[in-house]
Amino acid sequence: MDDPRTIPNHGDAPPVHWRRNDYSRIPYWLYHDPQIYAQEQERIFKGPTWSMVGLEAEIPNPGDFRTTFLGDTPIIVDRAADGSIYAMVNRCAHHGALVRREPRGNAREHICIYHRWCYGLDGKLKGLPFRRGLKGKGGMGPDFDMADHGLPQLRCESYAGVIFASFSAETEPLADYLGPIFRSHFDRIFHKKIRILGYQRQRIAGNWKLYLENTRDTYHGTLLHEFHTTFGLSRITQTGGVTMDQRHRHNLIWSKIGTDDQAQYDAVYKEVRDDSLRLLDPRVVEVKPEFDDGISLAICAIFPNATVHQIGNSLATRQVRTMGPGEFELYWTLFGYEDDSQEMTDHRVLQANLVGPAGLISMEDGEAIEITQRATVAEMDDCSVIEMGGGGKITSLDHRVTDIPVRGLWSYYAELMGIEPEGAER
Amino acid sequence: MTSLAMTPAEVRVAAQELMDDYGERIDSNRLEEWLDLFAEDCSYRIMSRENVEQNLPVPLMMCTSKNQLRDRIVALRRANEYNLHYDRHVIGAPRIRPTDTADLWTVEASYAVFQTTLEGQPRLFSVGRYTDKLRVEGGTLLICEKLVVVDSFSIPTLLATPL
Repeated sequence: MDDPRTIPNHGDAPPVHWRRNDYSRIPYWLYHDPQIYAQEQERIFKGPTWSMVGLEAEIPNPGDFRTTFLGDTPIIVDRAADGSIYAMVNRCAHHGALVRREPRGNAREHICIYHRWCYGLDGKLKGLPFRRGLKGKGGMGPDFDMADHGLPQLRCESYAGVIFASFSAETEPLADYLGPIFRSHFDRIFHKKIRILGYQRQRIAGNWKLYLENTRDTYHGTLLHEFHTTFGLSRITQTGGVTMDQRHRHNLIWSKIGTDDQAQYDAVYKEVRDDSLRLLDPRVVEVKPEFDDGISLAICAIFPNATVHQIGNSLATRQVRTMGPGEFELYWTLFGYEDDSQEMTDHRVLQANLVGPAGLISMEDGEAIEITQRATVAEMDDCSVIEMGGGGKITSLDHRVTDIPVRGLWSYYAELMGIEPEGAER
Repeated sequence: MTSLAMTPAEVRVAAQELMDDYGERIDSNRLEEWLDLFAEDCSYRIMSRENVEQNLPVPLMMCTSKNQLRDRIVALRRANEYNLHYDRHVIGAPRIRPTDTADLWTVEASYAVFQTTLEGQPRLFSVGRYTDKLRVEGGTLLICEKLVVVDSFSIPTLLATPL
């Protein structure tokens, strides 16, 4: 089978002129350039990274499959008869057609409709019509080897029931890639069997990296999302912080509800906030305690395409599906636990109002990203100013008045892309 | 009207008018008046077709009381930021049917919502189907249950204004 990594390189993108080596200035053309985008697909999505492709709970039975994307590449994730999980490229080895067109299902094999090439749940080619011709005529040549023509396999590993895939043989094992901090956060969120409650999707006309920045940007959270602050779900005056792994590729933003007082809040927000709002029916913002550590908000971003969130009692993963330099789909999978009471399930379903494309504290992100994409296109040589929390060294912090994780993201991005400035901050 | 009851013929006319008012009040940004079309014990749900097909309960937007619906509109006006736009509803002819309960009717209609930017650029924003329960209350017809099933569930940009 061909190694998918031998897909030819699209050519190196033009050199990046970084104005500072600590990533406090990000050139706008990086959000727009098609060559940069092609190089990202090669070096990041097909590079030494793990991308989230689903949850084990979505394919509980043998034969269950889901179609999804890893970067631009269509993927099938399925569970074979022996219970093991496979991820493979959803593209027929014969003529390149999409093999699975449905978003989900259960099957014994994957058959391409075009010429009926048939693949097992492990992606191996099982058969094809007229292989030996008809009445001694036609058919595949004598040197055609079925073993060479399966669906290209990806490495596939799960941690705590979250399925990741990688194109690269060089990627470290998933557990090492997540590292101790993020393994322990996964252990916390996925500490018992989950139940899928549903999906939300959002198509945003912006570069995918703007969303990765957004999930690492603690500074915007309580300013853009006024609903958050007004109704006390997350305020920057609450106890909280940002935690990154050693290489700053992943990030955890966390905070604890009820750890600030009204006086602190008033002092910080009174100039920017209309504080006269009260919900007539506050059930939607009620947080039912369920974690011993008291953390009520945790946004955990795993490079490059995954986020796991806990916002009150709303639990979800978010997957970024790239669709060219100027568009991506955000795919939200909301879940609860199998042993949730009906009351708790109803509450989590009600709190779906907080998140997704119509989320009372998330809808703004779609607009913020689109207006950034729109306004930067004419200013390709200009750059953003990422200095909240100061420049220079990139570190985890016990507060959230900071942009530093955004610089951390760019430092790892630049390393993978091979575009680090001289003396780059890592 | 001399009596507070409505004849089936009157209900059919009123249901069509209610559907017209529904679209018009959203499109003309009179959302506070749009709330008046709902009964006090109403529910309002926008669901993706993919969740409905899989029997999954997660909504895109859900209000289980009229106060939650009021809170949505207040949040839209005063807390949320969203893409500035005009809405335009195109609602197909409603299919109006009585239920087993007196004064309770089911109304279904397909809809398309176009969004136009303040610079005059339009797009098809949402397409799907309404399934409503309407109730005769004090001589008027009110929405007691609104279910919007969205075919175009990969929502462009974001969903702020009710559909």
